[in-house]
Amino acid sequence: MKRRDFLKFSGAALGGAALLRFSTTAEAGSFLRGRNGEAPSPFSIVQLSDTHVGFKGPPDPLGTKAFERAVELINGLDRDPDLILFTGDLTHDSDDPAEHARRMKSFRDIAGRLRVKKRFHVPGEHDAALDGGVLFRENFGETHYSFDHRGVHFIALDNVSLGKPIVGAAQTDWLKNDLARYPKTAPIVVFTHRPLFDLRPDWEWFTADGSAVMNVLAPYDNVTVLYGHIHRPDHHTAGKIQHHAARSLIFAFPDPATTAGERKPIPFDATQPFRNLGIRQVRSAPLSIEDMELTRADESGLTARLSLREIAGSNGIQQFVKGEVL
Amino acid sequence: MNILLIILFALLQAPAAPPSVVEISAKRFEFTPKEVHLRAGEPVTIRLVGTDRAHGLLVKDLGIDLDADVGHPDSVTITPKPGTYAAICDHYCGSGHGNMKMTVIVE
Repeated sequence: MKRRDFLKFSGAALGGAALLRFSTTAEAGSFLRGRNGEAPSPFSIVQLSDTHVGFKGPPDPLGTKAFERAVELINGLDRDPDLILFTGDLTHDSDDPAEHARRMKSFRDIAGRLRVKKRFHVPGEHDAALDGGVLFRENFGETHYSFDHRGVHFIALDNVSLGKPIVGAAQTDWLKNDLARYPKTAPIVVFTHRPLFDLRPDWEWFTADGSAVMNVLAPYDNVTVLYGHIHRPDHHTAGKIQHHAARSLIFAFPDPATTAGERKPIPFDATQPFRNLGIRQVRSAPLSIEDMELTRADESGLTARLSLREIAGSNGIQQFVKGEVL
Repeated sequence: MNILLIILFALLQAPAAPPSVVEISAKRFEFTPKEVHLRAGEPVTIRLVGTDRAHGLLVKDLGIDLDADVGHPDSVTITPKPGTYAAICDHYCGSGHGNMKMTVIVE
């Protein structure tokens, strides 16, 4: 592959999933450039997930503090990411629609402090399952859509607003039509809330018709799925498709592979209130991922300590090779 | 002898007894009952009744995927295999939804 045909893509996932690089072809690069005039070139993104604005409870009595701290961290990055993707459960629902609307506004107020203005959202069930996505649409527009950015095709999928954990036939048809325009080599990023595969069905970590979506995506060579919902990092490969889950910014769930029985949040630790919450940044040059876990050293303030770990591996996401505290 | 054969033939031709019905009631955020016992290998109809709003009942390993709303129950007939299964509501019904679950025991 010629160097000019190789597109390095870098991303950052707040608290979780990240992807490191895509390869593309001259055909795909030329096609994508023709769509919006943007040449394929390196860029970075940040993914935030499961901020649950409005949640109050024992697993996280600090409410929006981790979200707010994350915003500060992103604004303090050496170089702004091009895009920020929110992968659902922006808010915690309320039986009172007016209260839920206030929570949505609070989310927007906090997110509005981000210096990066290109922000994209998909709903989680807490945002959109009770009202079919009405409030979400009022605030953010459609629950599924697509766009191109510097040589990558982004697809926002909604797998919550029908009440059940499904994408639905209409949206799947829309996805088929959307993708039909693109060459099979086009780099594609799908961002959604729930896992599209059966990660842990008895914990409701699945999308019932996820296999239908995967069948639509399967012919494409370079697909990465970013999602949230499970409040912990997870990396999974199915066929040619990579799935990366992000941590949340409210509380964490334990490892399903080693946890029998019911799903229960990891208890709040007052000595480390932001434990298991954090940000992950990926850079393309030099190739690296920085996984930053928010921790708080004392009760009095919100001064965060960042644990920086470099990750290396064939795809840059597989293993931690060293750790240090900033 | 012929009479016995006729009786035997009639018995073989008799329609099988319909599967028994197990009814499960769903409201925010609980199922009633919280545990049901089924006989392995014996067909049974699971009927879900929603009493306040839409709810789901999902046990993937048993082929149960029901969605019931008030006035619109849903049912499925299965022949279960032995085991203990966690059943969840998979139709989001509010912030206590994650705790809405029950157990199906097949013996």
